[in-house]
Amino acid sequence: MLGKLTWQAIPFDQPIPLIAGSVVILVVLAVIAWIIVKGHLPYLWHEWITSVDHKRIGVMYILLGLVMLLRGFIDAIMMRSQQALAFHAAGYLPPEHYDQVFSAHGTIMIFFAAMPLMIGLMNFAVPLQLGVRDVAFPTLNSTSFWLTATGALLINISLVVGEFARTGWLPYPPLSELRYSPGVGVDYYLWALQISGVGTLLTGINFVTTILKIRAPGMSYLRMPMFCWTALAANLLIIAAFPVLTATLAMLILDRYAGFHFFTNSAGGNMMMFINLIWAWGHPEVYILVLPAFGVFSEVISTFSGKPLFGYRSMVVATLFICLVSFTVWLHHFFTMGAGGNVNAVFGIATSIIAVGTGVKIYNWLFTMYGGRIRFTTPMLWSVGFLVTFVIGGMTGVLLAVPPADFQLHNSLFLVAHFHNVIIGGVLFAAFAGITYWFPKAFGFRLHEGWGKAAFWFTIAGFYITFVPLYAAGLLGMTRRLQHYDVAAWRPWVLMAGIGIVVFICATGCQVMQFVVSIRRRERLRDLTGDPWDGRSLEWATPSPPPAFNFAVLPNVQGEEPYWQIKRRAIESQQLSAEPEYQPIEIPRNSPIGFITAFFATVTGFALIWHIWWLVGVGIAAAYAVFVWFAWRDIEEYEIPAEEVARVDRARRRARENWLAAHAQDGEAA
Amino acid sequence: MDKSATNARAVINLSLLRCLGRAALCFSSALALTGCAGGVLQPQGPIGAADSKILLDAVGIMSVIVVPTIAAVLVFAWWFRAANTRARYLPGFVYSGRLEIIVWAIPLLVIMFLGGVIWLGAHELDPFKPISAQSKPTEVQVVSLDWKWLFIYPDQGIASVNELVVPAGAPVHFSLTSATVMNSFFVPQLGSMIATMNGMITQLYLEADHTGNFYGESTQYSGDGFSGMHFILHAVSADVFAQWLDTVRRTGPALNRASYLALSKESQNVAPYTYRAVEPNLFEAIVTRQLPPGPGPSTGRGGSTISPVGGR
Repeated sequence: MLGKLTWQAIPFDQPIPLIAGSVVILVVLAVIAWIIVKGHLPYLWHEWITSVDHKRIGVMYILLGLVMLLRGFIDAIMMRSQQALAFHAAGYLPPEHYDQVFSAHGTIMIFFAAMPLMIGLMNFAVPLQLGVRDVAFPTLNSTSFWLTATGALLINISLVVGEFARTGWLPYPPLSELRYSPGVGVDYYLWALQISGVGTLLTGINFVTTILKIRAPGMSYLRMPMFCWTALAANLLIIAAFPVLTATLAMLILDRYAGFHFFTNSAGGNMMMFINLIWAWGHPEVYILVLPAFGVFSEVISTFSGKPLFGYRSMVVATLFICLVSFTVWLHHFFTMGAGGNVNAVFGIATSIIAVGTGVKIYNWLFTMYGGRIRFTTPMLWSVGFLVTFVIGGMTGVLLAVPPADFQLHNSLFLVAHFHNVIIGGVLFAAFAGITYWFPKAFGFRLHEGWGKAAFWFTIAGFYITFVPLYAAGLLGMTRRLQHYDVAAWRPWVLMAGIGIVVFICATGCQVMQFVVSIRRRERLRDLTGDPWDGRSLEWATPSPPPAFNFAVLPNVQGEEPYWQIKRRAIESQQLSAEPEYQPIEIPRNSPIGFITAFFATVTGFALIWHIWWLVGVGIAAAYAVFVWFAWRDIEEYEIPAEEVARVDRARRRARENWLAAHAQDGEAA
Repeated sequence: MDKSATNARAVINLSLLRCLGRAALCFSSALALTGCAGGVLQPQGPIGAADSKILLDAVGIMSVIVVPTIAAVLVFAWWFRAANTRARYLPGFVYSGRLEIIVWAIPLLVIMFLGGVIWLGAHELDPFKPISAQSKPTEVQVVSLDWKWLFIYPDQGIASVNELVVPAGAPVHFSLTSATVMNSFFVPQLGSMIATMNGMITQLYLEADHTGNFYGESTQYSGDGFSGMHFILHAVSADVFAQWLDTVRRTGPALNRASYLALSKESQNVAPYTYRAVEPNLFEAIVTRQLPPGPGPSTGRGGSTISPVGGR
């Protein structure tokens, strides 16, 4: 009846996951109870859970990303503390638990923290920057989000029901095959990623369609803000790479569920094929994460330097160059598998060639700052911190692309330090820069600068204190994923990295305080103009927060940096452009389809993991029924009357007029 | 002439850049003081020396642009701060053809140069490539098991677990496979690592310049007992090596198919020991899977299908 699921799946004998799981369940239940008692449930259901508004979905993605970032960070604390204790000792985490912790850390951080944070920022900002009302397929967008949430939920269920994978964040066979991993851990991994992978692929299709087909009048490709270009490149990569991941994991699923032999030790299986395929997805994945990050920094550095982005066209070329070359380098992840001199050399050189595109970007940001009037707000601090940190991470990356150096450093803590160097220094800094930058647009008030800056300084200090010692430990030959070790020379560096984690904990505290303080002081931090940073692209032309329809009238774009031009014109003529004739606007209706589909996807995934076959059938049939029900809907849009549009836009124009008047006085004073 | 010098010539002599590389990795020089277990920057053999030379060369080459770039970021960011009234505001400075050429050319040139190093290094230091030496290399067959290393000396007819003894100053030829999941064989101070995979043989040539004890490990995570998969490689003089062989041949169990099957079961943190005799062609039988791959975990909490705990 319940497949493999029995009471023995609950780890009653293991206090750490049991207590952690109980606390999480209690917190979740308390939050749900609070929502219901306070009567917030209808609001939550109508305004958020069923929302197909790209801005709301973006915010939910970011919320999911932040919560999972915290979960992954707790795993990191456990790993660092275990290694700090496990010198000539067993530490407090036995191997079968420690192995789950580092596997969960990597999986969660990449798939359920970094990806949602980047996709969330794209969701929020890209349609606004393009000057349009939503993405191409709003309901599909909601489905994508909820499928991603399904994956995150399944991984977190594994904390208390059964176990998670003990195979690392990429389950290399034959270790991940049934013979060596008979537990449900790998199955949790596989189904969580298959389901959320579908969500990600749909996001890719959605955004490529949006950027290619839906832009404001006059918004030609070479007038798009840099963030839209990097979003386009990242989503093209998603479309090209994620099917590879799905197919690869599907083959492993067939091995595990149906006795196939794609990657087994027996019957002609070849595990090298898995490793090639997973990295054929895995390397583009790195750029799926970091390209949007580059876009965020482009926006932030340009805005706070008070200058257009230097070498815009060169940046576009560099972005597309990286997009293309990222597919030709995957083999550098396994130089040590013995491919031979020619193959290793070709892939080593291809890898270092990517650094050309990245180098061009770094210089263009540098020259964007040159001749600027740089305001050191929190997002700008993250950007400068990124430039310094990422250059170092890029260098160690190219170093690992040199095969003889890789023969010494592969899989060492040097490698671990390198990819944290680029993912923390690149993606995470971008996420924090982007969140601080667009927060006033999303919620109508700025985040508290003091706590934001404190978070930045603690994070960058924590980063260097944690990962420079790991570089050193790697040079001393310390490999990754060690549950215990006996080499005295590694010990001081491991302890220092443990201190770095404490600094990171302070940084996390500052981030939380930043939100708490900002929400409490929101009236003082209120953004009345819709343009708190003196921005240059179209999202700042809307009020903060923007109405559901974003723009009362779609802007007519006449050049790069359209909003900057609108502002210049207004200042020169000392008046806003004439009030347009307001028309009613059609907006897609909210839909619970995404949430319900994801609910049945969760049921299906859970049933597949535990071999509860009847429930698999029910889940799939129900998900399909929901899809059919949705496809037969009659009403898909509702109309916002012209008066309502006019009311919202007139309020915006009043705010703008006040701004213009203030600006005129400034001009006279100067 | 020692072999590291030969390798240095084969690559590119970049002693100046290497100094820069060393400076850029200055924190690692502090490691030199930490003693006993040296890392990859204190190589004790020609392969390790050539590897780390290329490592430092590459860091040196890249430091030429990386260090000025970081400096420029900090200087520009500070000088052009809004509060600095002496800085000129140039809002129209958004494109310069000349700068664009430089911006593309600098990384391109550096990467072309580095590409040469990569091409030569990848060929010169391919792990399968023999070390050119007068003496015939010592043959060692390496088998990674759950979770220990088996070293078979086919010419001597003995074997050891989690302990390697080889003559110093002479090359060693490793043929490697795995009887279970993927692992990776690595002795940091002697140089290059190489993966071990079931049904396949990889090869590696290493040499220790002098006698000494060198830490070795698996660098490819292979399951619960992975952390215990380390060993000491003892590089000894020819006399001591001969004595060791004598001692080994007189004591310990023999390795045949039956004892191999027992050995291939999961076990963790295995103390080193030796086999006085080895059945001929055992390594070939493992590689060709005439001897089955390791059986994997026994049962744990909730049976093996929910959460297996590796047998100990």
